[in-house]
Amino acid sequence: MSEIMIRMTNIHKSFGQLCVLNGVDLEVEKGQIIAIIGPSGSGKSTLLRCINQLEKIDKGVIEIEGVVVTAVDTPGVHAAPKEQVRATLNKTGMVFQSFNLFPHMTTMENIIEAPLTVKKMKKEDALSIGRAKLERVGLAEKADAYPSKLSGGQKQRVAIARALAMNPDIMLFDEPTSALDPELVGEVLDVIKQLAAEHMTMMVVTHEMGFAREVADRVIFMDNQNIVADCPPKQFFDHPEHPRIIAFLDKMLSNKAQ
Amino acid sequence: MTICAIDFTISWDYIAGFMPEIWDGFFTSLKIFGIVLFCGFFIAIIIAALKAYGPKLVRSILGVYTWMFRGTPLVLQLMLVYYGFPYIGITFQEGIVVAVIIMTLSAAAYEAEIIRGGLISIDKGQFEASKALGMTFLQTLRRVVVPQTVRRVLAPSCSEVIILFKDTSLVTSIAVYDLLRRASGRAGYDFTIEPYIVALIFYLVFSSILVIVFNRLEKRYSVSL
Repeated sequence: MSEIMIRMTNIHKSFGQLCVLNGVDLEVEKGQIIAIIGPSGSGKSTLLRCINQLEKIDKGVIEIEGVVVTAVDTPGVHAAPKEQVRATLNKTGMVFQSFNLFPHMTTMENIIEAPLTVKKMKKEDALSIGRAKLERVGLAEKADAYPSKLSGGQKQRVAIARALAMNPDIMLFDEPTSALDPELVGEVLDVIKQLAAEHMTMMVVTHEMGFAREVADRVIFMDNQNIVADCPPKQFFDHPEHPRIIAFLDKMLSNKAQ
Repeated sequence: MTICAIDFTISWDYIAGFMPEIWDGFFTSLKIFGIVLFCGFFIAIIIAALKAYGPKLVRSILGVYTWMFRGTPLVLQLMLVYYGFPYIGITFQEGIVVAVIIMTLSAAAYEAEIIRGGLISIDKGQFEASKALGMTFLQTLRRVVVPQTVRRVLAPSCSEVIILFKDTSLVTSIAVYDLLRRASGRAGYDFTIEPYIVALIFYLVFSSILVIVFNRLEKRYSVSL
């Protein structure tokens, strides 16, 4: 039995009156690649953002690598001590739809910032890690460029390198290609596919059906604030059962065909 | 038809005669400006951060402070404290003390709003990325937010600093012997215009120096944002 990297139990989350997550349960094993898809507003991004505490849940338990990092309104379960929670959360990395690069720093400075400030690394060590990650996403020559001079695809690849520089065990991608021009989507997906081939544990919220089908171990479909389907891509795309899924796939494919 | 007749010849000897007291006044103005700028800036940063990120109660209290100091004339504030406070038991040894304290509070109120505007214009994503990378809130402020804010507030701050220097002339009203008071005193005593013109030149030259300094700062910090 593989190690459980993430376990979410009975997650409830509302924004004011609007319920977004309604008792969601999810387990992610080490090395698995999960694609989370579904219509807008179904709670996909929120679910992801609850994992690294960018959103606060109203109820439920979140465990990362066996450590309880978040426990709300659940009798008998308490979060681990602050330092342990912090250390565990630092094992996750996130890539955002809008890149969120630091505009006042060069590409290399963006990448080594967290290793220097959070891990208190020596500059030479941070730089060698930075160069390695930048090389890996294919942008070694852009080390001294400022984000404003990069294309969207390049910015996102830098963002991925920045997250990787902290050596996470788990990578969270929140619609990594949704803000990109279609021609630039491929270069980013290629980098993510490489990571997948190296068995990084990953959760990817995406609208790229082809990518989900090709790369994911499991496809999770969310609708109405909960998980409606959780199965291997072949089964999901080729033999959908749930009417909502069938309707969704029809819509997505007909949009693509245009 | 003669509308007005200008009857003026510059007397350099006369000007040289009163220059020492003009310099004296200028250095007083400069001293006030320097202290107020330095202290006011630090207070402004703290107020701005508290108003941007602090708890509601703190924000409200600071809101009243900025409202009152920005909503009333500085000269009135100076006169109220210098001439009025003795009637409620608070006296000051020298006008310059009142000048420095009140002007610091006033400058901080204006500058805090400028800085706060810069802080809240920082995209929320910057905080999220920093948090996802494991940075604490203070680390985020120091490494990510403040550097970006500095660039944004430099231009409006330049205006504010120039206004601050010119506002030092208001301390005339509370018996502080600054540049303006020296000039107007001399001009009033001798019934001449030269002291006013000299003071005008002093203010203009110094403001211009401030503009040049800020332009340099803006160039230095304006990395493509």
